[in-house]
Amino acid sequence: MQTMIEVRGLTKVFTLHNQGGTQLPVFRGIDFTAKRGECTVLFGESGSGKSTLLRSLYANYLPTSGSIHVRHRGELVALSGADSQTLLQIRRETIGYVSQFLRVIPRVPTLEVVAEPLRLRGVETAQAQARAGELLERLHIPQRLWSLPPGTFSGGEQQRVNIARGFIVDYPILLLDEPTASLDRRNAATVVELIGQARDRGTAIVGIFHDSEVRDAVADRIFHVQPQAATDRMAS
Amino acid sequence: MNREPLLQVRQLTKLHAPGKGCREVSFDLYPGEVLGIVGESGSGKSTLLSCLSARLAPDSGSILYRTDAGETVDLYQLSEARQRQLQRTEWGIVHQHARDGLRMGVSGGANIGERLMATGERHYGQLRATAARWMRDVELDVGRIDDRPTTYSGGMQQRLQIARNLVTHPRLVFMDEPTGGLDVSVQARLLDLLRQLVTELGLAVVIVTHDLAVARLLAQRLIVMRRSQVVESGLTDQVLDDPQHAYTQLLVSSVLTA
Ligand SMILES: Nc1ncnc2c1ncn2[C@@H]1O[C@H](COP(=O)(O)OP(=O)(O)OP(=O)(O)O)[C@@H](O)[C@H]1O
Ligand SMILES: Nc1ncnc2c1ncn2[C@@H]1O[C@H](COP(=O)(O)OP(=O)(O)OP(=O)(O)O)[C@@H](O)[C@H]1O
Ligand SMILES: [Mg+2]
Ligand SMILES: [Mg+2]
Repeated sequence: MQTMIEVRGLTKVFTLHNQGGTQLPVFRGIDFTAKRGECTVLFGESGSGKSTLLRSLYANYLPTSGSIHVRHRGELVALSGADSQTLLQIRRETIGYVSQFLRVIPRVPTLEVVAEPLRLRGVETAQAQARAGELLERLHIPQRLWSLPPGTFSGGEQQRVNIARGFIVDYPILLLDEPTASLDRRNAATVVELIGQARDRGTAIVGIFHDSEVRDAVADRIFHVQPQAATDRMAS
Repeated sequence: MNREPLLQVRQLTKLHAPGKGCREVSFDLYPGEVLGIVGESGSGKSTLLSCLSARLAPDSGSILYRTDAGETVDLYQLSEARQRQLQRTEWGIVHQHARDGLRMGVSGGANIGERLMATGERHYGQLRATAARWMRDVELDVGRIDDRPTTYSGGMQQRLQIARNLVTHPRLVFMDEPTGGLDVSVQARLLDLLRQLVTELGLAVVIVTHDLAVARLLAQRLIVMRRSQVVESGLTDQVLDDPQHAYTQLLVSSVLTA
């Protein structure tokens, strides 16, 4: 299977300059590979750095050291050292990221929020919105809500809008941070189905799922994220 | 995607006094890209913006601009007439104080129409209709079209200034705190409008703002300035979510939501 993400020696330490330069080590020396058509689940206790790792793969967090390569337009491209233009292009074309919470854009209707990633890739409004509608329907967002901005939606509804937005493009790589956390069983099942279909299309998925049922249903591989202390213990 | 930068800024320096102004600023801006500039009051954001928009000659450094016609020109090698022509036809400049960007002696409608006339539109009815449409877009009462901006509130003046600048569909817009004096709902409408224009017209924007939420919403890329220097730059969400510099961390931690 083709390597889609390759992480080597990834270390993350937060330095809190305004708290006396406190160093907050999260993880050290992570080696990790994600392959085409596989779903890798990040596993570890709260605070171990699962979200930090996922955000690093999206170039939202900067590595302290180590490297991250992602397959973009057929080549493995290093995230660190890539200019902003390349990073933006990678996000548009190659990597989708479903964060834990939807970041609401004031006054933009739900249908447009979901359609936006397709629009940014140059797909016509009508076609992009039709696809957005299909996904919202599958995720049981009633049509009367589509023309409203999601700002006032419930937590679960916002999360489903977020998921629809993440799945609207067939990204080669998809990063999911607890997409089912605030969903009922019916909608969690839809997400499991969406993940399965993306994987069958060849998407490399890296996700965090607290719900063991969902985890068992989607995981091809489990990657244990060790907090810094545990890594140290293992090394010694 | 056009890979040729619209602006190439290199080692740009303009100091009014030591530490006051901008020093050794370098970046590229691409078509359709929105670059945010944030930083504390007095850090040099407006000075930088004035240099970029050919309103304040730098002490040193260079700015290359790729014109609509596809030639690359060094801004400060151009004649003043040519600079003004670019400002009128290819750029928009939204000033921090609306009064600096408006003609206070003519009506609101004329403020919008004037910019259109500069690009060749002459038909009175057409000018007036377009002015009215833009007033509606920025949520100004069209009934005020014949009133002078002196009779507008500060927020209305700012909206008028934005309409005046965007009516000609410029390819590059410089904005200094465009949403500063506006109430939250009007701000949201304007941000929405700007977002739309940016995607539909491939508009490139350099926007100075103290509001990190505005930067997050509009800008793909962010520059953080402090005491005339760029202390950090990168993708907006990266700079705001994982700030590396002590000053940026302070800036981010002193707001509730961004
Ligand atoms: N931007 C940041 N600045 C400073 N510290 C951070 C930042 N983001 C995360 N951390 C810290 O890094 C550590 C790992 O956090 P992370 O969110 O990656 O954990 P997690 O494994 O996803 O936990 P959970 O299961 O609770 O979501 C935590 O101690 C957290 O406080
Ligand atoms: N024409 C001038 N002559 C002398 N000093 C000036 C001049 N213009 C600006 N300055 C000084 O240069 C510094 C930077 O000013 P500038 O207006 O660029 O700051 P800014 O970052 O835009 O601040 P703000 O957020 O308050 O608008 C300030 O200390 C200011 O007093
Ligand atoms: Mg987490
Ligand atoms: Mg200023």
